[in-house]
Amino acid sequence: MDASSPEAIKKQVRSYIVVFVALMGLTIVTVAVSTFHLSVAAAVIIALAVAIVKASLVAGVFMHLISEKKLIYATLALTAIFFIVLMILPTSHQLDPIVQ
Amino acid sequence: MEIPYTIHPRPDTGVYNAKLGVWLFLASEVMLFGALFSSYVLLRIGSDSWPHGYSILDWKIATFNTVVLISSSVTMVMSWASLMLKDFKKYKLYMGLTILCAFIFLAVKAFEYNTKFGHHLYPSTNTFLAIYFTITGLHGLHVIGGIFVNSYLWGPGSKMWKTQPERFTNRVEVAGLYWHFVDLVWIFLFPVLYLL
Repeated sequence: MDASSPEAIKKQVRSYIVVFVALMGLTIVTVAVSTFHLSVAAAVIIALAVAIVKASLVAGVFMHLISEKKLIYATLALTAIFFIVLMILPTSHQLDPIVQ
Repeated sequence: MEIPYTIHPRPDTGVYNAKLGVWLFLASEVMLFGALFSSYVLLRIGSDSWPHGYSILDWKIATFNTVVLISSSVTMVMSWASLMLKDFKKYKLYMGLTILCAFIFLAVKAFEYNTKFGHHLYPSTNTFLAIYFTITGLHGLHVIGGIFVNSYLWGPGSKMWKTQPERFTNRVEVAGLYWHFVDLVWIFLFPVLYLL
């Protein structure tokens, strides 16, 4: 089936509704978990895990990353590497033996 | 001169030019917000004490704004799907709803800022509020940018539908990529600033 055919688009529309419901459900989960008053480490891990699932749904389905071209994946892979470096930088001093 | 590859994919990249352009722009946006998130982590782990977001900020109002922004993401993608199904009226409806959601988000944010200022809580008050106002302020500017682009595509820009429907559909798709990114940033901002 051609991805731009009316049938394919109608099928996609149904997946948008499913994702919308999932995002609303995960928002409730995020808020509910925060009321448990967990330790900071556990709260951060759970909150970020739920946020990553939500972000994946938005990027994969709404932004059509599930079926995108290789060049876009390559661009995003490079971006992801630099982003990870940015996130590691603030904690990198803990790897420094002098600080230890 | 005609702008090349506005409708059909360029053979070597496999995508039309605007899509690649917007994805490259979004890559730079990831680094922009990434730098601010990185600063947040550095400030938080470097401070002796850090307040819980919910003790200073109103998480209920932020939850409402999260629902508004997620809804706007759905209406945005539905506006593109409507064009793919050649239903221009529905496109206008969904794009109109997207713009409306963006205005609601900004109005709530303005109310939130106003409440903080009313309690003499400013960016200069403490490090938490400094990073809170910086990141949410930058995100708010992105929402305003999205309103401009989407309003153009809803209003005067929509004339293109009559002359070049495929090109117009592609424009809405890439505007959608930007708008979903704005939603995506908020998905992380919400728990990080309000709930942790």
